[in-house]
Amino acid sequence: MTGFRLAQGGRIDRSRPLSFTFAGRAYRGFAGDTLASALIANDALLVGRSFKYHRPRGIYAAGAEEPNALMQLGVGERTEPNARATQVELYDGLTANAVNAWPSLEWDLGALTGLASGLFVAGFYYKTFMWPPAFWNKVYEPAIRRMAGLGTAPREADPDLYDKVHVHADVLVAGGGPAGLAAALAAAQAGADVLIADEQAELGGSLLSARATLDGWLRATLEELRGMPNVRLLPRTTVFGYYDQNYLCLLERRTDHLGPAAPAGISRQRLWHVRARQVVLATGAHERPLVFAGNDRPGVMLAGAVSTYINRYAVVPGKRAVVFTTNDGGYRTALDLAAAGAQVLAVVDPRPESAGDLPAQAHAQGIEILNGHAVVAASGGKRLDSVSVAKLGGGAARGVVCDLLAVSGGWSPVVHLFSQSQGKLRWDEAKHCFVPGTVTQAQRSAGAANGSFALGAALAEGFAAGAEAAKDAGFGGWRAPEPPEVDDPREAPPLALWQVPGAEGRGKAFVDFQNDVTASDLKLAAREGFESVEHLKRYTTTGMATDQGKTSNVNALAILSDATGRSIPATGTTTFRAPYTPVTYGAMAGRDRGDRLDPIRVTPIHPWHVARGAVFEDVGQWKRPWYYPQGGEDMHAAVRREAKAVRTSLGVLDASTLGKIDVRGPDAAEFLDRIYTNGFRKLGTGRCRYGLMCRDDGMVFDDGVTTRLADDHFFMTTTTGGAARVLEWLEEWLQTEWPHMKVYLTSVTEQWATVSFAGPRAGDVLRELSPALAVDEESFPFLSMREGVVAGLPARIFRISFTGEASYEVNVPSHHGLALWQAVMAAGEKHGITPYGTEAMHVLRAEKGFIIVGQETDGTVTPLDLGMDWIVSKQKDFLGKRSFARPDTSRADRKQLVGLLPADPAEVLPEGAQLVWDAAESPIRMVGHVTSSYWSPNLGRGFALALVKGGRDHHGKTILAPLAGKTVEARIVAPNFLDEGGKPLHG
Amino acid sequence: MLLIPCPWCGERDETEFRYGGQAHLARPLDPHATGDAEWAEYLFMRDNPKGWFRERWNHAAGCRRWFNMVRHTVTHEIAAVYKPDDPKPELPE
Repeated sequence: MTGFRLAQGGRIDRSRPLSFTFAGRAYRGFAGDTLASALIANDALLVGRSFKYHRPRGIYAAGAEEPNALMQLGVGERTEPNARATQVELYDGLTANAVNAWPSLEWDLGALTGLASGLFVAGFYYKTFMWPPAFWNKVYEPAIRRMAGLGTAPREADPDLYDKVHVHADVLVAGGGPAGLAAALAAAQAGADVLIADEQAELGGSLLSARATLDGWLRATLEELRGMPNVRLLPRTTVFGYYDQNYLCLLERRTDHLGPAAPAGISRQRLWHVRARQVVLATGAHERPLVFAGNDRPGVMLAGAVSTYINRYAVVPGKRAVVFTTNDGGYRTALDLAAAGAQVLAVVDPRPESAGDLPAQAHAQGIEILNGHAVVAASGGKRLDSVSVAKLGGGAARGVVCDLLAVSGGWSPVVHLFSQSQGKLRWDEAKHCFVPGTVTQAQRSAGAANGSFALGAALAEGFAAGAEAAKDAGFGGWRAPEPPEVDDPREAPPLALWQVPGAEGRGKAFVDFQNDVTASDLKLAAREGFESVEHLKRYTTTGMATDQGKTSNVNALAILSDATGRSIPATGTTTFRAPYTPVTYGAMAGRDRGDRLDPIRVTPIHPWHVARGAVFEDVGQWKRPWYYPQGGEDMHAAVRREAKAVRTSLGVLDASTLGKIDVRGPDAAEFLDRIYTNGFRKLGTGRCRYGLMCRDDGMVFDDGVTTRLADDHFFMTTTTGGAARVLEWLEEWLQTEWPHMKVYLTSVTEQWATVSFAGPRAGDVLRELSPALAVDEESFPFLSMREGVVAGLPARIFRISFTGEASYEVNVPSHHGLALWQAVMAAGEKHGITPYGTEAMHVLRAEKGFIIVGQETDGTVTPLDLGMDWIVSKQKDFLGKRSFARPDTSRADRKQLVGLLPADPAEVLPEGAQLVWDAAESPIRMVGHVTSSYWSPNLGRGFALALVKGGRDHHGKTILAPLAGKTVEARIVAPNFLDEGGKPLHG
Repeated sequence: MLLIPCPWCGERDETEFRYGGQAHLARPLDPHATGDAEWAEYLFMRDNPKGWFRERWNHAAGCRRWFNMVRHTVTHEIAAVYKPDDPKPELPE
C-alpha cells in the first residue's frame, strides 16, 4: 500500500462515502473526490495501457491535461469514452474501465508489442504496415484498431436531453481561479453583465490546491459574486471554443456528476453560445513533464498534481517520494509531501544552486537537495520502484528506491483559447514558455494564462483586466478594489531542460504519453526531413488524440528546435483548435435531433398520402409521395402501375410543393423578359409559358411555367427545390442591378395547394367537377389558365403538362387542398384514377424528354446543350445570352442531351454511369454520363437520358457504359421516346 | 459566427444571411458589345484580398434585402455596412 488517504484536511466530505467500480473491482471514495483522487486513495494508480506499446500507465496529472487516465464510463446507451479520470466527479455507483487494455488491464497481450517496438518508430503507420499491400485491410488495420482504439462509442441512441442557450454578455471570464475571480469581481462591481465559467465543480482554481490559501478571500468573493444580479457563475462549464467577433462556446455539464441519481427531465449538458463585448482569459497553466528514460512509469506524476491530490483531496500518491524539478515550484510539492507524512528522499534540481525561499524552507526541514543533478531513468513495471540520479555532465548514477517521483519541467500558460481567437504567441525567454502576444479580438489574458504564475501578480492582473474589460464594454469610472495581501515566496529563475542529458540508451523517454511518442521518434522524424512542426505532428502523431498535446507540445517543439538548430519561436507551435476538451455530439445537437434536425414541410394533402401508405421522398425539406405501393407491391411494380395508368386512363399528383412566386408591378413583363431565355412581354392574359432561366454565365439555373394573370401581374412556378434560390436570384437583380424597375415579388408557395390530374380521362374529371367551365379545346387551349370553381372551391385551373398527357393543374387556397384532392379522387373513381408519386412522374416526363433541373443539368449545362434552342429568344436580351457566344460555351463538342436505348431492352442503366466510345483503349476516354434512367412500362423497356460530347451528331450510333462486371451497349436517339414514331404530342 | 449589422434590421446572426461576393462589380452596360476577355473578367474574376474587402450580403432569412459590407477577411472585423445606393465608404487603414 503506497497511495493513502489523510485522516484530515482537503475539500472532500468524509461524511458522504461513495462506492464505485473500476476495471470490475469495487472501491470506496468520498463526495468531493474525482475518480482519479479516489483511485489514488485506493492505491489503484495503474489506470491504462499506452497507445502503441501497451506500457502500464498511471494517473499523471490532476486536470484537463491528463494524458493517461482515459476512462470508459458507464455501460450501454449512456457509456462515454475517453473521460479523463481527473475531471470525473465521483458519484455513488459510478462504473469505469480503462479504454485501452486488452484483454485486461493487469494482463495485457498488447504489451508484447513492446518487445517488437522497433516496428513502432516515428511514421510507423507509413513504414511498418505497408508491406505486403494485401495485409493492410485484412491484418494490420483490424489489429491496430483493436489495440490502439481509444474507447468505445455507444451503439444505442443517446437517451439524454441536451440544451442550447444563446446569451450576450458584457464580459465573459474564462476560468474561475484567482485571476478569473478577481476579473469577474472588478468587472461586476463596475456594473458590467458578467459571465464567469470554470470547468471544475468548485470555483477557486489553484487556490483549491494550495495549503497557504486565500480561503477567506475566496469565500467572500464567491459570496459577493453570487449576490450580484449582473453576474452568472457557471461551474462545471468549459469554455471550449473561441471564434470570430468574440463568439465563444461553452459546455455546461449539469447532471454528469449525479450519475444515476440525475433527475429526469433535466438536460444533461448545455451548450452556451456567448457573444461577449469583452473577454478575460484566466485559463491558468499546465505543468510540463520532464523527458528521461522510463518517465512514463506509474508513480511518476506532475509535481503540481501531487500537491493538488494532497491539499485538495487529502490523498497522498506515495510514501517514499523524490521530487525532480527545474524550478522553485517543485519545492512546494516537497513541502506538501513532507507535511502529509510522506518521506521526501531528495529534491533533484538541475540548477547549480537553489536560491529561492521555498528551497530554503525545504533545506530547513532537512530535505536533501541535489543541485546540478537530474533523474536519468525511472524503473518499475506496474509501479515505479526506483529512480537513477546522476550529476549533470557525467558521473555515476545512483539508485534511489521510491514509489513516487514528482516532476516539474516548468509551466506552460493555457493559451488554447487565446490562439483560437487568432492571437499571436510570444516566447518568453526568462520564463521558458509561450505567452499571449499580439491580441486580435476584444480580449485580455490574466494570471498564469498570461505567464504571471505568482499568486500576487495573478490577482493584480485579474483585477486590472476585469476593470479594463468593464471600461471597454462601457462601464468606466470605477476603480478596481485593491487585491488582497499575498506573501509570495521569492523565486529563483527556472531552468529550461527539454530532455535530460545522459538518459540516452537507458530506455524510452516519452514526450507525448497519449500517443506514445518518444524523444528519439522526434529526432528521427527531424532527421528524415520532417522539420516543420506541423509535419512533425502528423508524422509522429505527437500532440494528437484527445488531449491534443496539452502536456507534450512545448517539449516536443523544443526537442525539434534543438534537432534542427532553430530557436523555439522560429520553430513555432502547431495550430490550437477547438474544442479545448472533447464535447459530446449530444450537446452539439441539442434538441435538433430526429424530426427536429431540419424543418419538415408537408402539403395540405399529406395526411391522405400517409393514410394511403405512400412511401415518401425528401425533396429539399419537403416530404413528397414517391410511390403508393398496393398489396405487397415493390417500388418497381408500383411505379409501373402508376406510370401506365397516366398514359391509359387517369393519374393524380400532389404538385403543391412546386415553388410559386407572385410577380407584380408595371415592369413585371419587362423583368421576366430579362430573366427568362424566352419572351414574356407578348404573353396574353390567361396564357401560360414554360421558361428557362440562366445565370449570367449561360448555364441553366431553374425552369417552370409562368402565367400572366393581368397586364402587370404574373404567377411564376419554380422547381420544388429551387424556390428559395430563385426568389433570392430575382431579388438580387431587382435590388442590385435594376433598382429602377417597379416589380414586387412575393413567395406564395405555401398559399396554394396544387392537384394535377393527367391522362386521357383528365378532361372528363374537370368537366364533372366544374360544370360551368368550358373545357373544349377551343375555349380552354393548351398552355392557358382559367379562374373558376372546381368542386365548389375557388380555383385557378392551368392546362399544362409535364407528362405529355392531357393534364390540368388546379390550384386552390391551401386550406382547401385536401377537399379538392378528395373530390378529384371521387370523380375519378369510375375512370380508375391512380395517385402517382414523384418516381412515376420522373418516368413519364423522361419518356417525353422533359428535363429536370438538377438532374439533366448540374450548373455546367446551357439551354443549347439541352437542345432547347426553341426556347432561346433571338430578338431580346436576357441573363446569360452574352455567354452563349463565349468560345467555351459555343464549342461543338460540348456535352449534349441525348436519349439512350440499351441494346438489351431489359437493361436499366444506373444513373451516373460513365459513357465511352471505346472500352478497350487506355486510358479510357469518358465522353458522357447517364443523367436519368428508368424502366418504362409504356415503352416496355429500359431507357435513359444522357449528356454526351457532341451527342446530337451521333444519333443512331452505339455508345458503351462500362459497369462493374459488364459493358452495356446503348443506341443514341433523340431525347423524346414517345414521339419517335411520329405519334403526336398530347396536350 | 459573425454578428452582422443589417442596415435595415440591426444586428443579426450570420446564419440569417447569404454571402454575395465582391461588391461594386459593374455589369457591362451592353454585354453584346463587350469582348470575350472583358466579359469573362466580369463573370469569373474576383478580388481575394487579405484585408479589407467590400462585399455584398443578403439578409435572406430576414428582410430579404441586399446590402454592402466592409469586412476584414483575416480578423472578420466589420468596419461598415451600407445600402446599395449609399456612397462607398473609404476602407480603414
